[in-house]
Amino acid sequence: MKVNGKQIKLAKSLSLKEYLEQENYVLLHVAVERNGQIIPRADFVNTMLTDDDKLEIVSFVGGG
Amino acid sequence: MDKAQYYHVQEMRHGMDMQALFASAHVGIAGLGGLGSHVAVLLARLGIGTLTLVDFDSVDETNIHRQAYELADIGKPKTQALYEQLMRINPYITYHCYQEKIVPENVQTLLGTCSVICEAFDRAEQKAMLVENVLCQLPNAYLVGGNGMADVKSANLMRVQKLMSRYYVCGDGISDVTDSCLYAPRVALCASMQATQIMRIILNEKNI
Repeated sequence: MKVNGKQIKLAKSLSLKEYLEQENYVLLHVAVERNGQIIPRADFVNTMLTDDDKLEIVSFVGGG
Repeated sequence: MDKAQYYHVQEMRHGMDMQALFASAHVGIAGLGGLGSHVAVLLARLGIGTLTLVDFDSVDETNIHRQAYELADIGKPKTQALYEQLMRINPYITYHCYQEKIVPENVQTLLGTCSVICEAFDRAEQKAMLVENVLCQLPNAYLVGGNGMADVKSANLMRVQKLMSRYYVCGDGISDVTDSCLYAPRVALCASMQATQIMRIILNEKNI
């Protein structure tokens, strides 16, 4: 699977929510595009990742 | 200076073809704080035809150090204070002001007619909410956001990235207001980068 341009190996079958939690992302602070499609937050839990997936994860910090 | 004279000067300064594109554009600005207030001033100077300005908040004492407001604005809704200032800079464009909080349910109503939207919120979860909902609900809109402009680090760490097909983000990506403070020059730099990218999208320069 490719995450933010970097190739990584999926050790086991994971949902997007499980992957984000495993990588210590704050779920409410991210926006995720999978294979060119933005994934609504409500779908994180039922989006199963595969080795062919390309993810773009943007993690936001405060300030503006 | 009347409208024809104002437009003529802009055509002379910006070029006729570019000014026509600016004049026909509609940009929405979500949040009128340190980023959005400066972005609005820059886009009004460019002569963007229609600006939609959205913020639920009023100007207070903690805003003056980095936002485009003045002491006399304290207590006014940000939409009103900014509108008054923009009318002194460019009274010949169309302004739509909404003193409302943006939530998933009103993204379409408030921002649905904009070709480019500026994400200018200050809280991380609000930024994430807007990115998700603009990209999901508005399939033709471009979005230009800010992420990471706190602290006093070098201006050279700030950059523009195209992270998704219709989403550009400006900032250093890491400097969080919860670890540091916001300082006017670096916040305004981020706002300038956003306004530059918005201008480029309007001119059909979609690359960064």
